[in-house]
Amino acid sequence: MVEHRPLNDIIAYAILTLGVFIVAFPVYLAMIASTHDAATVVGGSMPLTPGSQTLENYYRAIFVGGSRTSREPVGHMLMNSFISALGIAIGKIFISILSAYAVVYFRFPFRKTAFWIIFVTLMLPVEVRIYPTYKVVADLKMLDTYAGLIMPLIASATGTLLFRQFFMTVPEELLEASRIDGAGPFRFFWDTLLPLSVTTIAALFVIQFIYGWNQYLWPLLITTQDSMQTIVTGIKKMLYTTDELAEWQLAMATAILAMLPPVAVVVFMQRLFVRGLVETEK
Amino acid sequence: MEKSVVFNNKLLPYLLLVPQLIITFVFFYWPASQAVFQSFKREDAFGLTSEFVGLENYLTLFAQPEYYKSMLTTVIFSSLVAALSLSIALLFATQADKNLKAAGTYKTLMIWPYAVAPAVAGVLWIFMFHPSLGTLARPLRWMNFDWNPLLNGNHAMTLVVMAAVWKQISYNFLFFLAGLQSIPKSVLEAGAIDGAGPMRRFWTIVFPLLSPTTFFLLVVNVVYVFFDTFGIIDAVTGGGPAGATTTMVYKVFADGRLGGDLGGSAAQSVVLMVIVIALTAVQFKYIERKVQY
Repeated sequence: MVEHRPLNDIIAYAILTLGVFIVAFPVYLAMIASTHDAATVVGGSMPLTPGSQTLENYYRAIFVGGSRTSREPVGHMLMNSFISALGIAIGKIFISILSAYAVVYFRFPFRKTAFWIIFVTLMLPVEVRIYPTYKVVADLKMLDTYAGLIMPLIASATGTLLFRQFFMTVPEELLEASRIDGAGPFRFFWDTLLPLSVTTIAALFVIQFIYGWNQYLWPLLITTQDSMQTIVTGIKKMLYTTDELAEWQLAMATAILAMLPPVAVVVFMQRLFVRGLVETEK
Repeated sequence: MEKSVVFNNKLLPYLLLVPQLIITFVFFYWPASQAVFQSFKREDAFGLTSEFVGLENYLTLFAQPEYYKSMLTTVIFSSLVAALSLSIALLFATQADKNLKAAGTYKTLMIWPYAVAPAVAGVLWIFMFHPSLGTLARPLRWMNFDWNPLLNGNHAMTLVVMAAVWKQISYNFLFFLAGLQSIPKSVLEAGAIDGAGPMRRFWTIVFPLLSPTTFFLLVVNVVYVFFDTFGIIDAVTGGGPAGATTTMVYKVFADGRLGGDLGGSAAQSVVLMVIVIALTAVQFKYIERKVQY
């Protein structure tokens, strides 16, 4: 800063601390609720300090499931979430790195057309075409399957654009050199381009993992069996089956479990996360 | 920007494109075109026969008072969320941009809500403000304020807006901070030498230089409110009470699920598609201009 006044810094620290408090409070409250018994939480006078039911609540949520709602245990939902989030992230990276390679490193008829066909998907998120997509997935007998959870969500151009942009910045001398060494398209891709793309792949993976994990509308529509539901869709069902009698302490434990993996990814891979976020928006 | 050295294979590039093209056609073009076709057709209740009815579905849609209501709800919701989350995030970002020792720590502490699913954010907020058991509903009751988001439409909207803003601050904060850090310090020093105080420098130098970021974020925020807030609305209010928080996207979902009015639901989808395409066009036009900055 141009001038340095200690008072200025104090105000800045105060505002930022207030901001962190606002951001963290809802999660803190959920964490507290997940450590109390049902009566304390529903009674409307829950204290702001942790209770003594932590282990029981999390054990019941993960391995047993709610008693009144006879829902799946959360452990199973967590697995479904992991499988579909990994599937979405890996699937998108796989199809888009191949198509970007084709568009950048080859010349062939309809190259521009192919690129535009993929590019247009940027414009319409799955929410807009939700029922027709549901019908297609139903016709393909993919309801209640991992393929149905994953495939419609990887039909998008973000990854292709990101890899295309990155490949454009790779120096041409590298390709010339490998061709002099007698490398074909497979060897160039595997030995040269892929190692160079590691950071880009990781950044895209982080963003897509969070995107896949947090999906709500799509899994809600296409999973009819409890055994296929993801943790994000499962929480709400815990709350609205018997409303007032809902087991909030278990729902809050589930909410904490649902937040942990993606939040951990953001906190521990912050550099990759920020990079992925900024680059996929271009 | 095209490569001058390329491979000459004839078949390989097509093989590389096949996986993405198949997925794009099956899960994007097929359903999107189905939506357009269906919006011009009427099916009987069992889906056995369908006839071409022209613009009838659209006319029915635009004759519905509920549809205008959902449009109005969407506009109110988007402007509130965009205005609040942008200004709060800008306030925090300007503070974090001052050369504080703990700036990095604050950044980490501010950005993680991005990773919280909208539906989970909704559950957290309804828990805090639940009329009978919410910790923050208690002080409202002591003040004799009849707070009930489950019955009162305005309260429900307030709650949904708060949850959506909470979730979006992190994203806006990150981009504002990057924008602020790219403003050259020499410009600010020049302003200071001319005798401009911190407030004056902010409004006459920083804010105008930040306008590309602000405009970009405005478009992104509107798109966010349109689509990503579905989970928040469904978790907090389920579109109610009495349709007070039913946005256009929520209405597509609710109408299709309940009635099986596929033609009407498809017409709504097509209207949404047009809106999104317009928004995207605005965004691209802006990005082209940004290159000159």
